[in-house]
Amino acid sequence: MREFLEQSIQPYFNYWVYVILMMIGLWATIAKNNLIKKLIGMSIFQTAIILFYVSVGVKKDSKIPIIPHQVEEHHAAEDGNHAGGHGEHGAKRVTEKHVIEPDKFANPLPHVLMLTAIVVGVSTLGVALAVVQMLFKEFGTLEEDEILAQIKTADSASLDV
Amino acid sequence: MIPIFDYILLIFLIVAAVISLKVKDLLSASMVFGIYSFLICLLWAEMGAVDVAFTEAAVGAGVSAVFLIATVYNTKRRSSD
Repeated sequence: MREFLEQSIQPYFNYWVYVILMMIGLWATIAKNNLIKKLIGMSIFQTAIILFYVSVGVKKDSKIPIIPHQVEEHHAAEDGNHAGGHGEHGAKRVTEKHVIEPDKFANPLPHVLMLTAIVVGVSTLGVALAVVQMLFKEFGTLEEDEILAQIKTADSASLDV
Repeated sequence: MIPIFDYILLIFLIVAAVISLKVKDLLSASMVFGIYSFLICLLWAEMGAVDVAFTEAAVGAGVSAVFLIATVYNTKRRSSD
């Protein structure tokens, strides 16, 4: 049990939570009766998928993907040009500072992809809520079973005539 | 990435998701969903995705909470489940 906890759950805790959140969202989208609750479940599903993608880009002890000391590099290059005799020394310092260790930064590619996903998710939610308001104007309720019952009675009434 | 902070945030995230789906008042559900969005925004800042974090804070937590509250204001507040 302890071995399972240390080897399977602790290193992949983000992924376990991603699966749990995704299943909560799927359950709400399918099983909830209220339309707004269904939409909240859909949003939870979307954020769970974004959580998976961002978790893929994380490394151990990684920082935010921004390269520091940009100004200092520029200064070192200028010093090298002006100093003449010490030019070689200055150039060496610059090349040393240009070394970037990718292990220290989180992978920014999934982040950039997920920015689009967030914006698309909010516009989907907006359109869906507009449709819910139109349904409320038409049927006077937000419950799915009541709307379906009203549609059924209207259909059978039109068939009888 | 700070492990303890990560675990606490992820557990709060699941709790907030379950509460927002279980509560019967739709306005409370919208507010708890806003709390969920801010928690996941904090999680992304902690995981090194600062750009995703501020987009989520502005768009996910702000705009979608406003959309949900506007819909609840225009329709009914009670939910059957």
